[in-house]
Amino acid sequence: MENRIVIETEELTKVYNSEVAVDHLTFQVREGEVFGFLGPNGAGKTTTLLMLLGLTEPTSGKARVLGVDPVRDPIKVKGMIGYMPENMGFYRDLDAIQTLRFVAELNGFPKDIAEERIEKALKTVGLFEDSKKKVGAYSKGMRQRLGIAELLIKEPKVAFLDEPTLGLDPDGTNRMMELIERLSREGRMTVILTSHLLHLVQRICHRVGIMIKGKMVAQGPMEQLAKEKLGVGAEKYTLEEIYMKYFKEA
Amino acid sequence: MHGLKAIFKKELSDHFSSYRFMILFALITMVSLIIAYMVGMTMREELASVAKPKYVFLMLFTSRGGLFSLVQFIAFFGPLIGLILGFDLINRERNEGTLSRLLSQPVYRDSVINGKFLAGVVTISIMMLSIVLLITGLGLRMAGVIPGLDEIWRMGIYLVISIIYISFWLGVAILFSILFRGIATSALAALAVWIFFSFFVPLGATIIADAFVPDPNPNNPEAILTHAKIQKAISLVSPMQLYSDATGTIIDPTRKTTRTVILMGPLEKLSQARFAGPLTLGMSLFVVMPYILLLIAITAICFAISYTIFMRQEIRSL
Repeated sequence: MENRIVIETEELTKVYNSEVAVDHLTFQVREGEVFGFLGPNGAGKTTTLLMLLGLTEPTSGKARVLGVDPVRDPIKVKGMIGYMPENMGFYRDLDAIQTLRFVAELNGFPKDIAEERIEKALKTVGLFEDSKKKVGAYSKGMRQRLGIAELLIKEPKVAFLDEPTLGLDPDGTNRMMELIERLSREGRMTVILTSHLLHLVQRICHRVGIMIKGKMVAQGPMEQLAKEKLGVGAEKYTLEEIYMKYFKEA
Repeated sequence: MHGLKAIFKKELSDHFSSYRFMILFALITMVSLIIAYMVGMTMREELASVAKPKYVFLMLFTSRGGLFSLVQFIAFFGPLIGLILGFDLINRERNEGTLSRLLSQPVYRDSVINGKFLAGVVTISIMMLSIVLLITGLGLRMAGVIPGLDEIWRMGIYLVISIIYISFWLGVAILFSILFRGIATSALAALAVWIFFSFFVPLGATIIADAFVPDPNPNNPEAILTHAKIQKAISLVSPMQLYSDATGTIIDPTRKTTRTVILMGPLEKLSQARFAGPLTLGMSLFVVMPYILLLIAITAICFAISYTIFMRQEIRSL
């Protein structure tokens, strides 16, 4: 799979009040990949995503997203990437269509294109029947799916999903994962996702990166990491084992 | 300006559909109409037997109906409009997690704060305009006089000053909503500032003046003058004082200076005595111009501080 590189960072570093959140991070993600971004809480995953989006300025180092420098042109980068933040909220008084219309307006889409995309996105995530309900009355799972719909109307080439399954019930988690898998397969969307549900990451991610204390301690396809760390061949490992091994070493 | 229009539109519709706005609007309209009605009644009785003086119409705004005049009412409670509209604009979005979603769209960060401030100012403008129009309508019926062009201009300027004044308080509220994460905290902090400037500064002005010139001897004009000067200087720290002086002078053409009688220079007193006629609009405007500029300046400074802090805040802490 020798696809174009869509995201690359070079010695990316972020220091918050003399505390290093991201420490000389260098990694790449190729087109069409589902990249699992793993690591304990506070490892710097979200900070990395924010830097890639141009929402936070890196202290040093470089990043490129689809060939654009997010520090120089954050607006362009934000227009090309769909980002679903962790613990996101919606305006409670709007219904799903109004919510998405507002996002379309922020993106400056013409009305007819916006309406078309909104309908399509709501159908894709399975919220079309509930689209007239106020978002305040949505369940957690529905809100998460609305988050995906919001991302879809931008028709992004790259999507950043920060903990998309956080707080979902098993069924919701499964549906979310299937949705992500489908987007990657059918929409050829490059996806970076962070999650703590390792068995699911193992199921849908092509490659993983393990980040601990601001450093990327390992990255690559899972088979390769398994071979390196556990000395076993494919099929005989779980991502959990690999992860814990790295975690204990760090 | 990416996204400014969309954010502005959304904020505006949020304001107009909120219960908060409706209650506030109903309350202020009600009080204004009651005052205007009472003033109108008194005016009708008092003017029944005499020839109508000039500028009757503007007396609707400056005469006391019951407790206070309309100008005084807005001076006191106008700030509340600004505070109530603005105290949770930023921190609510932060707490509910909508701000990070908003900022991850292709919009400039300043569009968010500009859009919110602009929508607030427009809301305030519409509110004030409709109140002034309502009072005008009531006044037309009750006093039976039609305002002259000069009077309409004066009302217009009064309206503009009021909007700037209330926008200043909106700016204060937005600043607190950026500084404090807690919505209750920012509301209380804003209220505290309002109480400080509206009630304690005038009070403190007298106390400080008393401290400098204790017990001014009535036979010593110099002492009285110093006392008054100190008091005035300190009370001008309050935007409320700035506003009352500015609107009082613009709406009342017979008032020739923003200063109290005691503080007038000899030439001012002379002109006051010699030329008893009302000031022209241009002259009134000239007298209050420094006040208006000062009000604009403090509003701009307040907004600039909010803007800078908001632009520098790390997204992580948003």
